[in-house]
Amino acid sequence: MNRRPPTVPKPARNARLTARGPGALSAVLGKQPIGTAFVTPYVVFLAAIFAYPLGFAVYMSFHDYFFTAPGATVDRPFVGFANYVTVLTDPAVQRSFVNVGIFLLINVPLTVVLSLGLANALNAAIRWRTFFRVSYYVPYVAASVAVVGVWLFLFNSNGLVNSVLGPLAPDPSWLVNSKLAMPTVALYVTWKQLGFFILLYLAALQNVSKDLYEAAAVDGAGRLNSFLNVTVPGVRPATTLVVLVATVTGANLFTEPYLLTGGGGPDGASASPVLIMYQRGIEQGKPDVGSAIGVLLVIGVLLLAVVERRFVGKEEQ
Amino acid sequence: MRKLLPNQGRFIALLAGAFVFLFPFYYMLIGSLQTEPDPSVKGAFPSPGNLTGHNYLEIDAAINLGRSLLNSGIFTGGVILGTLLFGVLAGYALARLQFRGRSAVFGLMLLIQVIPFQLLTIPLYVMIVRSYGLADSYLGMIAPFAINSIAVFVFRQYFLQLPQELFDAARVDGATELNILWRIAVPLVRPALLTGVLLTFIGPWNEFLWPFLITKQQNLQPLAVSLSNYLTTVSARAANPFGALLAGACVLAVPAVTLFIIFQRRFISTSLDSGIKG
Repeated sequence: MNRRPPTVPKPARNARLTARGPGALSAVLGKQPIGTAFVTPYVVFLAAIFAYPLGFAVYMSFHDYFFTAPGATVDRPFVGFANYVTVLTDPAVQRSFVNVGIFLLINVPLTVVLSLGLANALNAAIRWRTFFRVSYYVPYVAASVAVVGVWLFLFNSNGLVNSVLGPLAPDPSWLVNSKLAMPTVALYVTWKQLGFFILLYLAALQNVSKDLYEAAAVDGAGRLNSFLNVTVPGVRPATTLVVLVATVTGANLFTEPYLLTGGGGPDGASASPVLIMYQRGIEQGKPDVGSAIGVLLVIGVLLLAVVERRFVGKEEQ
Repeated sequence: MRKLLPNQGRFIALLAGAFVFLFPFYYMLIGSLQTEPDPSVKGAFPSPGNLTGHNYLEIDAAINLGRSLLNSGIFTGGVILGTLLFGVLAGYALARLQFRGRSAVFGLMLLIQVIPFQLLTIPLYVMIVRSYGLADSYLGMIAPFAINSIAVFVFRQYFLQLPQELFDAARVDGATELNILWRIAVPLVRPALLTGVLLTFIGPWNEFLWPFLITKQQNLQPLAVSLSNYLTTVSARAANPFGALLAGACVLAVPAVTLFIIFQRRFISTSLDSGIKG
């Protein structure tokens, strides 16, 4: 049965390994083991800046964590879900999650419709293409802090937008109106990010087969028909990406409510979860509560992403 | 003939779009030059009697533009340097070297993109400010952005496109990997380096939340932070708050927008490559 000697002498195996030399070694370490050294700084960076803080955030959210002097050792008892209970029963936090929901309901569909529409128009042979592409991208590359200044000037109670609207101007004005503050912030962010999404769609449009358009034309499909039946399904993977990226960006909203509506005003109507996370976690010195908000936000975004992928990307499989 | 008319409609729609996208920037410039803020429709056109450069002096007096720009420059420069140095090494290894754990590192790199940075701000704040005492320091400002993953991805894509024979020949000649990278691969992917620098530039230059959290001393704040402080606190007391604010906004926006316009072709092709093929 057992033809081999009962014990395989270990030294022999090692000898064979050494005999094959670099071949065997490279089977374990790869042909260019120096690669490990090349990626080490980057891996250390990813571990220190992303992986460790991620675990640390979850840890803090389950403990009574507070700021101490560097090096001080203090007891930080495990408190279970206490921080989560604090967060979930906090009306300001509840409000902020509703707010970001309103934001996404406006921002995401508007982004998809406008960026696909503009990308489709840009994709035709048209004069001034480069000019258009550049002008749509400019808000995306400009700092939000800078652009917020102009929007404040434009949407002020006696700003240019209201002067143009005349008697149609809302009262109280856009950013100080509790019903309009969040939609105005959503509009601002849509405008600011649109150029990036237009470029994504422009790239996706290059992959839609020309034959399909010709076939549609042969079948007598008009412009609108071929847009709905060829273009829209053709760029579906890009739409999934646009929806997901817009959702994640929207969930991270901070600068705009902080500056545009003076810290999430009026009366918390435009406060975002990240803004509340900053106020609780850093301003009020409760990093444990802040972390709990962050963890809940990420869980919410992940759930939403799964739903969106199902809903938008359903024909991908 | 049939095609001409709908394209005319498209052209007008695109023109209207361009107006919506560009007007605020034009208005930013006009507003920064007005002696008295004029929010009426007439104010959208430059009127010779209402022009001044005084707003730029005012914002400079309030937040020290030179110092703020220097801080923005050091912050951005540090991130670019880190990305070029370590990002090129990582991108090259991921594209061209076979070593144990390569696919794990690449997987980790993609996975990390999903984590929203904002969730990490609280733990990073605790670590960098409280544990390491790096508040109000350039190092603390740069650390979380030190290597731009998208740039690493771009570098990798470019290195992948180089022909394998090049590397085989150099290895047969006994060149070390560092030599191959430095003398053969890097000179061939110079455009990628420029793209990486441009992509990396807008991140820290425009970043607000992180430097805002860790810099309390005004003389260390990048322009985005000092300008926002002006917006939230000082502007109420200024003679022409909007004028000064918009002057600062122009100074902050101009470098990024100018770089983008000069190198727009590069920006656009990168977004296509990394956005879709990624």
